[in-house]
Amino acid sequence: MTRHRALPLALGLLGGLGLLVLVVLPVAALAVRAPWSDLEDLLGDRTNREALRLSLVVSLWALAASVLVGFPIAWLLARVEFPGRAFVRALITLPMVVPPVVGGVALLVAFGRRGLVGQWLDQWFDVRLAYTTTAAVLAATFVSLPFFVVTVESALRAADRRPEDAARTLGARPGTVLWRVTLPGVRGAIGAGAALAWARALGEFGATITFAGSFEGRTQTMPLAISKALERDVESAILLSLGLLAVAVVVLVALRERWWGRARWGR
Amino acid sequence: MGAGPVGTMSSALQLQGRCRVGDLEVCADLEVGDGETVAILGPNGAGKTSLLRMVCGLLPLTDGTLRLDGTTLDEPASGRFVPTEDRPIGVVFQDLLLFPHLDAVGNVTFGLRARGRRRGEARELATGWLERLGVAGLATARPTELSGGEAQRVALARALAIEPRALLLDEPLAALDAEVRHEVRRVLREHLQLHRGPCLLVTHDLVDAAVLADRVVVLEAGAVTATGTLEDLVARPRTRWGAELAGTNLLPASAVGARLELAGGAALVTAEPPGDGPVLVAVRPSAVALHAVEPEGSPRNVWAGTVAEVEGLAERVRVQLAGPVPLVAEVTAAAARDMGIVPGATVWASVKATEVRAYLR
Repeated sequence: MTRHRALPLALGLLGGLGLLVLVVLPVAALAVRAPWSDLEDLLGDRTNREALRLSLVVSLWALAASVLVGFPIAWLLARVEFPGRAFVRALITLPMVVPPVVGGVALLVAFGRRGLVGQWLDQWFDVRLAYTTTAAVLAATFVSLPFFVVTVESALRAADRRPEDAARTLGARPGTVLWRVTLPGVRGAIGAGAALAWARALGEFGATITFAGSFEGRTQTMPLAISKALERDVESAILLSLGLLAVAVVVLVALRERWWGRARWGR
Repeated sequence: MGAGPVGTMSSALQLQGRCRVGDLEVCADLEVGDGETVAILGPNGAGKTSLLRMVCGLLPLTDGTLRLDGTTLDEPASGRFVPTEDRPIGVVFQDLLLFPHLDAVGNVTFGLRARGRRRGEARELATGWLERLGVAGLATARPTELSGGEAQRVALARALAIEPRALLLDEPLAALDAEVRHEVRRVLREHLQLHRGPCLLVTHDLVDAAVLADRVVVLEAGAVTATGTLEDLVARPRTRWGAELAGTNLLPASAVGARLELAGGAALVTAEPPGDGPVLVAVRPSAVALHAVEPEGSPRNVWAGTVAEVEGLAERVRVQLAGPVPLVAEVTAAAARDMGIVPGATVWASVKATEVRAYLR
C-alpha cells in the first residue's frame, strides 16, 4: 500500500510547491498589496478605462484574425501533403519561441514607414501602419496565431476521418463535408485554440510596444498601461494587474465550461 | 471462377478491376443484378471492405472498370472517375459512422440536404424513414444515446433515405448482441426485399449470408476464390477457409474412377466418381466414425490413425486425426471416453463411400 502512495505524494509535493511559488503566492501578493480604497478612483480613471477597452478590442480582433487565417493554415498542414510542409510547420511556431520584441522589430522593418512593404503602402495607398491600433492588432495576431494553429492542426490530424467518408457517400461536396462534419468534429479544439490565442493576445506586450508604441487610447493596451503605471505609481499598477487577471480568469473559466468540457465528445 | 467476359445481358452493377491497398492487391470480378443481394464472405484482412470502398469511390481503381446501370463510374484507362458524392450508392459502414454531433433525424436528413432537398421536406422524409425502421421515437437522440440495434437502424435509414440505386452493407450485424442481431437481421431482410437495385453485403457469418443474400462471393487475400450459392459453397468448399466456414474436412486428391488418392499415399473411395484428375474431397466430421478396434462389415474406407488433438464441445468432441488421412472426426463425448481417445492414442476410423464427396479442382 505504501508503495502506491509514495509516488502520488512525491509528485503532489513537487507540483504543489511549483503551484504555490509560481501562481498562488504572486497572485496573493497582488491581492494583499492592492490599494482597495483607491479602487473607485482607478476604475473611474479615463486612461485605465481606455486601456481596458483597447485591450479587449485589440485582443478580440487578433482572435478573429487568428481564427480566420489559422484554420486554413491548420487544415492545409493537417490534410494536404505538399513539399516543405515540415518547414512551414516549424515556421508557424516561430513566434512562440522568438522573443516578442524581436517579432515587433521584424514587423516594424516589414510594415513600418520605411519598411520593406511599408514604404510602398505609404507611397501608393497613403497607409501607415506603425503606431496605429491596426499595428497593435497585427502584433497581437503575430504572437497568438501559432497557439490556434498548433491546437487545431493536431486535432485535425487526430480526428477520425471516416465520418467524412460517410458524408461523401451521402452526397456531400467537399465544402459541405468541411462545414458540416470536419468542423463540428474539431470544435472542441477550435474553442481551446481560440481561448489560448485570445489569452496570449490579451497579455501581449513586447511586439506591441515595439511595433505600435504606447499611445493612450490608440495602442496602449492594459499590459502597456501597467508597465507605464509601474514607473510612477506601483499601487495603480497592482490594481490594473488585478483587473487584467480578473478579465482573463472570467473569460477562460466561461470558455472552459463551454468548450473544453465538450472537447472529449468526439471519442 | 471468373465470370468471363461481360455479356450483352449486363447486370446493374459490374466490377472488374483491381486496386492496391497497402500490401494487398484486391482483384475483383463480380456482377450484381437488380434486386439481387450478393454476400461477400472471407477471412479478416481479405479485402472485403476495400471492395466496397472501390464500388463507392472511396478507393479509386488502379485498373479495370466499374459500371452501374451501364454508366462507367471508374475506369482508369479512359480517365473516367465519378466522385463518391455523385454516385447513387448508399453505404452502411461497419462502425456505422453516424455523425456524433447530429441527432438521429439530423443524421438521416444530412444526405437529403446534401442532395438538394429543402430543409422542411428533408426533415419530413427523414422522419418517414425513421418510422419505417421503427425508431421514430428516437428522432432527437444523439448517436451516443442509442443502443447498438437502434444505431444500426438509424444508419440504415440514413443510407436508404437518399434512395440509392446500389446499396453497400459492411458487416451490418457484426457489432450486435445475439438477441438484437436476430431482430435487426429481420428488418434488414425486409428492406433488402424492397430495395430494387443491386446490393453488396460484407459478412463473415453464414447465417447472414443464408438469410439475406441470393448469392455469395468468397474473397481471400484480395482474390475471389469462389462464387455461387451458399449451398454450393457449403457442399463444395474450394479453400481451407471455405471448408472451415462450412465446418467440413477438405483434402486435395487425385481421382481415378471412384478411387481418390491422397498426398500421403492413402486413398478413399467415393460412391460418386467425379471424373479422373485433380479433385477436392469434402467429408463432414460427423460422417467419420471412430472405433477402438478394426471394424468389420460395410464401410469401404477404413484406416488407422493417431489422435493429434481433442477439442471438447460439451456433448460433442472434435478429434483431429494424424496419419494417412488427416481428418477431423466428431463423436459424442461418451463414445470418446469409452474408446479412451486421448492425444497419442491409435484409433480406427471409417467413412461410408456415400459420405465422401469429391469434385474437380
